[in-house]
Amino acid sequence: MATETMKIEMVSPERNIFSGEASMLVARTSDGDIAFEPGHIPFVGVLQPKQVKVILTDGSIQYVAVHSGFVEVCNNEVSILSDRAELASEIDASRAEAARDRAQQALSADPDDEAATAALSRAETRLEVISLANQ
Amino acid sequence: MPGSQERILRRRITSVQSTKKITRAMELIAATRVAKAQRRAQEARPYAERITNVIEDLAAAGAQVDHPLLEASEQTRRVGYLVITSDRGLAGPYNSSVIRAAEKEITTRRAKGMDYSLILIGRKAADYFRFRNYSIDHSFTGISDTPNYEDARKVANVVAEEFISRHVDEVLLIYMEFISLGTQRVAVRRFLPLIDMSTIAASGQAETRAAFEFEPTPEGVLEALLPRYVESRLFSALLDAAASEHANRQRAMKAATDNAEDLITTLTRQMNRARQDAITTEIMEIVGGAEALREASSSQEEPSSATSKI
Repeated sequence: MATETMKIEMVSPERNIFSGEASMLVARTSDGDIAFEPGHIPFVGVLQPKQVKVILTDGSIQYVAVHSGFVEVCNNEVSILSDRAELASEIDASRAEAARDRAQQALSADPDDEAATAALSRAETRLEVISLANQ
Repeated sequence: MPGSQERILRRRITSVQSTKKITRAMELIAATRVAKAQRRAQEARPYAERITNVIEDLAAAGAQVDHPLLEASEQTRRVGYLVITSDRGLAGPYNSSVIRAAEKEITTRRAKGMDYSLILIGRKAADYFRFRNYSIDHSFTGISDTPNYEDARKVANVVAEEFISRHVDEVLLIYMEFISLGTQRVAVRRFLPLIDMSTIAASGQAETRAAFEFEPTPEGVLEALLPRYVESRLFSALLDAAASEHANRQRAMKAATDNAEDLITTLTRQMNRARQDAITTEIMEIVGGAEALREASSSQEEPSSATSKI
């Protein structure tokens, strides 16, 4: 069943975040959520801050918080290029909560604060990844 | 005073010995740092390669955009120099050779009427150019030892900003390239404007690739991708420079340790000779003294013996 799996490579400039065989990967690009299954046509997309869900061949699910980056699909291989991404196991929940509260406070003071908006979306993505991974 | 020479030499030997301990320690630290920096450069490679891959895909899809980062000015009036040096010294010729190369580039371009703008990484470059009254536009310190991607992003943003606002028409990157543990070379590269996409694509493995689907559009992807490409290029230059810095420091410290060893041998010899001299002098003095005493006592006895003879 060689066609039923595809290779997943998630890389950041500092390290290899994750690699493995998967049967499906769900990510959000600028046009909306998109799922990749083995044999997907070549594709390049810009990722939005959101969790990426990887269903591994053994059935387990891996969530990764991806804050920016790209997805490239080619030759039955999905590459996620991200300069900011974390596996669920690497996220510190209390830090993410503190960051969310801080960002919300900054936003209530100044709704146009771009840095705070970005920080809030990052913190929310992290928390979502944790809650999904703990289910 | 006998022995003072010996004491002075002994003190010098002790001081050289402690210097040697320090240089030896720095050599060992630098050696592990080189290995670490090399490993990080290795780990950064997949990301850079994949970014290049995506650019290839875009070129294959025929995406053509007038992105400001790709656009060359018609006339170069001001050149930006992005110089990567270290914060700390004791790295042999590492900083001076990079700085010399940078200054040479500035001088030749100034002769052609092009102004300069300095973006410096590392305290050494900042100190050098400040002392010589160059105007420095941006200076970053504390990142060249173990650069992380966040630093690269920060610097790349500043550089891209300078370029896009047309404050500078071209940016040169000057740093020390890490070729191998034994060889590092000063490299002067054009950093911006980016060479056009087809050239980037041609530098990768030219593979026949299927038609891609792009989201949102090829242009949209490219727009998001180019700044990352700039960051990634700067990041690999920073990692290269860090590896070169530690390799240079390791070499410089090895030479210093060897010199200290030679110096200790020479000084020990000198000290032994001085001690021997002191001992010889002392023996001579004792012998001389004893001789004098004996002579004195025998001359006292002489008259009495003379009288007894008579």
